[in-house]
Amino acid sequence: MDYFLELFVGGLTRGSIYALIALGYTMVYGIIELINFAHGEIYMIGAFTALIVASALSLLGMSGWSLLMLAGVIAVIYSAAYGFTLEKIAYKPLRKAQRLSPLISAIGMSIFLQNYVLLAQTSDFLSFPALIKEFSFMENVTIMRSSELVIFITTAIATILLSLFIKFTRMGKAMRAVAQDKTMAMLLGVNVNRVISVTFIIGSALAAVGGVLISSHIGQINFYIGFIAGIKAFTAAVLGGIGSVPGAVLGGLVLGWTESFATGYVSSDYEDVFAFGLLVFILIFRPSGILGKTSSEKV
Amino acid sequence: MKRSLIFLMATAFILFTGSAFAADTVKLGVAGAHSGDLASYGLPTLNAAKLVVGDVNAKGGVLGKKVEILPADDVCKPEVAANVASKLVSDGANVVLGHICSGATKAALNTYKEAKIVVISPSATNVDLTKSGDYPNFFRTISPDDSQAKLEVDFALNKLKVKKVAVIHDKGDYGKGLAEFAKADFEKRGINPVLFEGITPGAVDYSAIVQKIKNSGADAVIYGGYHPEAAKIVSAMKKKKMKTFFISDDGVKDDTFIKVAGQFAEGVYATGPMDTSKNPMAIAAIDQHKKVYGSDPGAFYLNAYAATICLLQAIDKAGSTNIDAVSKALRTNWFETPLGKISFDERGDAKGIGFSMYEVEKGKYVEVGK
Repeated sequence: MDYFLELFVGGLTRGSIYALIALGYTMVYGIIELINFAHGEIYMIGAFTALIVASALSLLGMSGWSLLMLAGVIAVIYSAAYGFTLEKIAYKPLRKAQRLSPLISAIGMSIFLQNYVLLAQTSDFLSFPALIKEFSFMENVTIMRSSELVIFITTAIATILLSLFIKFTRMGKAMRAVAQDKTMAMLLGVNVNRVISVTFIIGSALAAVGGVLISSHIGQINFYIGFIAGIKAFTAAVLGGIGSVPGAVLGGLVLGWTESFATGYVSSDYEDVFAFGLLVFILIFRPSGILGKTSSEKV
Repeated sequence: MKRSLIFLMATAFILFTGSAFAADTVKLGVAGAHSGDLASYGLPTLNAAKLVVGDVNAKGGVLGKKVEILPADDVCKPEVAANVASKLVSDGANVVLGHICSGATKAALNTYKEAKIVVISPSATNVDLTKSGDYPNFFRTISPDDSQAKLEVDFALNKLKVKKVAVIHDKGDYGKGLAEFAKADFEKRGINPVLFEGITPGAVDYSAIVQKIKNSGADAVIYGGYHPEAAKIVSAMKKKKMKTFFISDDGVKDDTFIKVAGQFAEGVYATGPMDTSKNPMAIAAIDQHKKVYGSDPGAFYLNAYAATICLLQAIDKAGSTNIDAVSKALRTNWFETPLGKISFDERGDAKGIGFSMYEVEKGKYVEVGK
């Protein structure tokens, strides 16, 4: 039973990270129907920023929660700025182009950002400090570590806040309007460019949160971590129904659990086989994902 | 009249020395890639042979005869290697240093076996060349591909006294290859690994596989792969307060591993090449190369240097180039070489070279056993 719970927690942690990244994919897709392949790189840049800030601050004698908070906040702001600029440079000029062009542009940006970090930082793996301290009340808990608890709670809070934001604020309402019909929203006075920028900023910020948390949990990063995490999160977004916020979270968790249990009860050789097999299986029966709405003619 | 007599004597002398050179040398065939895209693997061996033979000839040669080098270029292709071997045999090679690539070596060995010629390769690592027992005339001064796995298994069973092991690899050629050798070795010694699994390199985390290792009750993990994944797994194991030994290969014996895994790297075992950089013979051999050829020696230079020394000294000790006598001399004597003091086992693998076990102690890899 302990074994089951431990695998459950491991899958939950991994799934939470997938979910945080998948939210960015799904929001961007919901609004401009673009698969932002450079999203994984934003996650990686968030982790790198946090590492640089944390190293600098710990030299100044800072530690504990304030260090995590400050490094996290700076990483979020920095990544959000990257997401914002990314959209302005690579996607906005192509908004009226045919659908493949921004997709190619996204792949190009992904490669560009990877190589930018590779050249500006290093190709080596770097050690990432454990910014999440162990709670004293978790000392006797064997199935879950403090960092896993923090990751899970943060993801839950972020998802709830995002849902409330989309549901109740003016900007959220505008987002939903743009997602439904961009031209009509524009005619009714919604500033579409601003809505798209905000979407990218929020998505990038969430990815950065994921990047900081998982790096602190795992303890190492390099310029390439965004690629695999991005692919997995994209899978999670599709699994849950791309364009749907609760779908992204559910997709992330389902994917995380599938991988964890596949490793635990079958073999880690088949981890990815199970993950992508599940994707195929679900798409056969629900072509638009678990919570996706059927709509005609999307990519 | 007088002049013609001197002329005659001079001619006779030239003829005599000439014939002495032609008939009475020990012929050392040096086969390998001397041209083509793999020449950088073969040419250092030829250079090493020339230097050693130069030294030996300056001291009077072996068995009172000069040593003569017969270079043979196989461009690392098996089909060429077979022809090259026939040519060396017909040119009268007494012993052969080579070949360089495992495939080419294998293709050439039958020819040498039939011609009863001893062969030493400085670089062919394919396990079956010695393990199959098909080529009693074959020796090598490099560790076979499975030597790291063997060392890991020996160390786990003899030094750490483990009873249950988990074998994990990264599904790559290198990691999985080693893991399979380790598994086979464990099974041969009556221990079935409780786990044999591959992980996906670069995955977000490895908590599930770590959990599985914990659940399996293994005393030790043998990991085949490189340091990034090893660092993640080791950290996760230590954070879960697991006491399981972690034993890995030279893909992990890298300072980056210690840098990344930090305090969690302590107590990790990894195999790595033995350190020859402090061996005075190695230093001298490298200096000699720099002086004669004006550059740093390339791949397998020291292995080839050692192989040539062993070969020539074995002939000297055997008193002939007869295959049985030379083989026996190689197996029964220890030779001082740039790789250290070496000898050869029944199969033809060198003893005293290859890999050592290292342990991370206070942020450094320290040699703990051979």
